[in-house]
Amino acid sequence: MEIIELMLLIFLLICGIATCLSKNLLVSLIIFMAYSVIMSVVWILLEAPDLSITEAAVGAGISSVLMFITLKKIRDIRRKNQNETKQP
Amino acid sequence: MKQNSLKEYFRQWDAGNFDFTEAMAGEDHPKRPKPEKPLPAWDKKPILRLRNREIAFFRKLYAPIAVVLCTVMIGFLIYTVCSLPPFGAADLPTNNEVTARYLGKGMEETGAVNTVAGVILDYRAFDTLGESHVLFTAMLAVLALLLSESGIRESEAERRIMQDDLILRTTARVVTPVTLIFGVYVMFNGHLGPGGGFSGGAIVGAGLILYSIAFGFENLGRILNFKMFRIVVLFALSFYSIAKCYSFFCGANGYETIFSAGTPGAIFSAGLILPLNLAVGLVVSLTMYGFYSLFQRGEI
Repeated sequence: MEIIELMLLIFLLICGIATCLSKNLLVSLIIFMAYSVIMSVVWILLEAPDLSITEAAVGAGISSVLMFITLKKIRDIRRKNQNETKQP
Repeated sequence: MKQNSLKEYFRQWDAGNFDFTEAMAGEDHPKRPKPEKPLPAWDKKPILRLRNREIAFFRKLYAPIAVVLCTVMIGFLIYTVCSLPPFGAADLPTNNEVTARYLGKGMEETGAVNTVAGVILDYRAFDTLGESHVLFTAMLAVLALLLSESGIRESEAERRIMQDDLILRTTARVVTPVTLIFGVYVMFNGHLGPGGGFSGGAIVGAGLILYSIAFGFENLGRILNFKMFRIVVLFALSFYSIAKCYSFFCGANGYETIFSAGTPGAIFSAGLILPLNLAVGLVVSLTMYGFYSLFQRGEI
């Protein structure tokens, strides 16, 4: 059991660092989702199932969806600006 | 035209050409050489150019100072963690008569098998009331910021691509009912097992979001429009406030409330905890769906 806990914590560290260091924002978001899923398993091991359910639903689900949409909107705005600067 | 828009759709998910540091600091990525630009008009004035040079100087100092500060902070935090007492030791300051009361008489006094639900919705319900109003205020801020944006609506072609996706639609048809039922179960079961209003509401909200990603806003928007949203959120929050005011009034004056604790373990037990969980769950699920809808198309 301790080995599993240790592995999860190491994955957690790797995910946390990789989220900050990856240059691609989409990759960064997906690693952040993985971080949330690992964290929800860690909550179960810490005997906090309430937090685990919330972490899985909010951390891995809803906040990631909202950030994906934000990323898409940023890209739309950028593309629109580029098109506007190209036309004249 | 259709193939072209499909290509566009996939290209916008390829995040390689965007960089947050670039957007924040205004500097280009080191691998991509910046195209030579003529000096802007304000840069020709001598004072402003001096200020620009100062900014460049501080920008050079920024990285080493950030590294040093982060290292010092991390070392300080790790040192503090190492000097903490072991988890669950008997002589911790948190192990006092409050915890003993919660664990010893919690089930008898609140009727909730899940002690966490008993603490947050009965003993400490005042804090939870404040928290749900914080959530409500955050939702109002998002509404005020995004409801007036009109330029971010999704295009017609984009919507068609999303709804033509066979894999997405089939998956959503199977997964959505299960998600919604599980969310309602977690909401109703908050006083008996792990879960409660917030997590159940978040799961229901995720199910609604999945449905509207796959099948568009037309069907869901007929029921969950802005009027419905306002009515449900208003009634749930005022029910929460009024019910807790009643229970605080009775508790402070030593009266018997009409909500009895009941038999611990039965579904209709634990007094106010079940209806409060339902109210919180309604608010949270509609808020999550509303956030998605506001982000995606600028309206609910």
